[in-house]
Amino acid sequence: MSEFDPGEVPSIASMTDQIRPVPLGMAVTSVHFLGDTAHFIGTEENVAIVGGEGEVSQTPVHGGAILCSVCDGERIVMGGDDGKLVALNAKGEVSTLATDPKRRWIDAVALHSDGAVAWSVGKTAFVRPAKGEEKSFDAPSTVGGLAFAPKGLRLAIAHYGGATLWFPNMAAKPEFLEWAGSHHAVTFSPDNKFLVTAMHEPALHGWRLADNRHMRMSGYPGRVRSMSWSAGGKGLATSGADTVIIWPFASKDGPMGKQPAMLAPLQARVAVVACHPKDDILAAGYSDGTVLMVRMEDGAEILLRQNKGVPVAALAWNAKGTLLAFADEDGDGGLLAF
Amino acid sequence: MPEPSSQKIPVTVLTGYLGAGKTTLLNRILSENHGKKYAVIVNEFGEIGIDNDLIIGADEEVFEMNNGCICCTVRGDLVRIMDGLMKRKGKFDAIIVETTGLADPAPVAQTFFVDEDVQKNARLDAVVTVADAKWLSDRLKDAPEAKNQIAFADVIVLNKTDLVSKPELAEVEARIRGINPYAKLHRTERCKVELADVLERGAFDLDRILDIEPDFLEADDHDHDHDHDHHHHGHDHHHHDHGHGMKHYHDEEMQSLSLRTDKALDPTKFMPWLQNLVATEGQKILRSKGILAFAGDDDRYVFQGVHMMLEGDHQRKWKEDEPRESRLVFIGRELPEQAIRDGFERCIVS
Repeated sequence: MSEFDPGEVPSIASMTDQIRPVPLGMAVTSVHFLGDTAHFIGTEENVAIVGGEGEVSQTPVHGGAILCSVCDGERIVMGGDDGKLVALNAKGEVSTLATDPKRRWIDAVALHSDGAVAWSVGKTAFVRPAKGEEKSFDAPSTVGGLAFAPKGLRLAIAHYGGATLWFPNMAAKPEFLEWAGSHHAVTFSPDNKFLVTAMHEPALHGWRLADNRHMRMSGYPGRVRSMSWSAGGKGLATSGADTVIIWPFASKDGPMGKQPAMLAPLQARVAVVACHPKDDILAAGYSDGTVLMVRMEDGAEILLRQNKGVPVAALAWNAKGTLLAFADEDGDGGLLAF
Repeated sequence: MPEPSSQKIPVTVLTGYLGAGKTTLLNRILSENHGKKYAVIVNEFGEIGIDNDLIIGADEEVFEMNNGCICCTVRGDLVRIMDGLMKRKGKFDAIIVETTGLADPAPVAQTFFVDEDVQKNARLDAVVTVADAKWLSDRLKDAPEAKNQIAFADVIVLNKTDLVSKPELAEVEARIRGINPYAKLHRTERCKVELADVLERGAFDLDRILDIEPDFLEADDHDHDHDHDHHHHGHDHHHHDHGHGMKHYHDEEMQSLSLRTDKALDPTKFMPWLQNLVATEGQKILRSKGILAFAGDDDRYVFQGVHMMLEGDHQRKWKEDEPRESRLVFIGRELPEQAIRDGFERCIVS
């Protein structure tokens, strides 16, 4: 891996002067766009909504920590340690979708493009289809992550020892994909051919769904906490190393036997990645606060935010790919319009 | 950037066999007016009669790490809970993890050494074991979990002492000491113990390895003979008196082993020996600690370990008036004593 010190390379292109600063006034964990409006998810209680003039307003959504959030462009669904599953729409309306009777934590959420929502409490995964009855499935251990398949009502549930594929509307026994270890976040490739989990140890694990062939993606110095599919699903960009690691998924074998691309090396760990929805570029936020925009073809970089010391926590594009929002853990945010 | 350990949130692990009084102690900690707020990770909701939105139910899921080390187990649920709790940083001062009565404390402790994210934010403070003065002796015979919890402890709260006679109390204490002579022992009724005696102990803090354990050496003195003259300990003995009039029990299964020398150790021999020892015997070794004087090194070196996991560092300069003595303690199950003693001897600079 090549050594790279941005401090000694003043020639790097910079757009830092075009960033609109957004002081959020609260610690954040992620950001989502509803239309062109950035919604920053706080660590606790509130969502900070950034208006057209850059003004920030806070909307209360939870009575404690916000443990997970997901967005389909229409609404943001969040789970909290108050045992509530809450939705927030573009009008700013907050609704409670479910409440755990024992006030247990809502650990993971997922949204389907048809409006179905899934969430988990401990070992139990719940699915509420857009139409029809709510169903639940008990995983063998605590659910680490949830993801809907791009086609059909099929839910992937990551847990200890592997992942389970469940068709909530079918009587068939859920399919268990086994791989030793603890599996956290889970994601389907956009073409529905691969399933990838981020493991407790610093590695990803993948399955080719046609034949359940295993794909081991390891070598990270730290746990992978952020995964993002590039436009068209050709690559899976990930955090966890001091470069952005992009695994190739364009061929039918996925990353099997291939090396990942390693872009945008810094002397800091990549904390969060967000691929552009249409073009082959991505944004990467680092543990030292740096935000870079990276062209995937040749690794060309543009500096969007200087390293300020605090790790970047939130990073997202709007659906059109014309706006990028980011913030560090302390809530020092920014917006960039292209 | 790793956070300085003082900024890390201290975590107390509270163990004890069923019915020993864990919940009583927990309620005492939570209800006492100490101005501190605790996040409590429990196994049974509802046992605690105090309203606190930072009481979290856990599932006690023990996972093997994928690193080829079979005793490298962690509490997977704890990793997830710690992650969520860190979103409420600043809302509490310390964390207490209550285990079930049948739990092995090791996976909880190991979670705080193995997991990078947990380690960044929290530090293990001490393992506190509540023991029932009336029933512990029996449980040590029939419940391996109870023995584990005593062996693992930094602090033992010997509870329900009002339910036993003085000789019975002496008996149970001797049995505890036969397994773990190094833990701080407090006799209580209804878990009435000074909170400072169970919280903020820094038992896993390398800098405090001696400060918090003045008995580290002395504790061994009353079984001095036992330590250095082991040949009369056959397998038929059960107890016998030492000079201090205290009964001494030798637990056939779980023992502590202490080593010491006033001669310098050769670090090039000692480190590989210790690492190999925990790699091969780590399943048997529950806890280990040591203060070491290396040849040609003016700094004290300290280490501590849980099963196969070791951490060590130079601590400070040896003081002028301080004897440069190396001391090690192992607590474990069926320890290969002679092999350990011989291996240690070979690390001494001749």
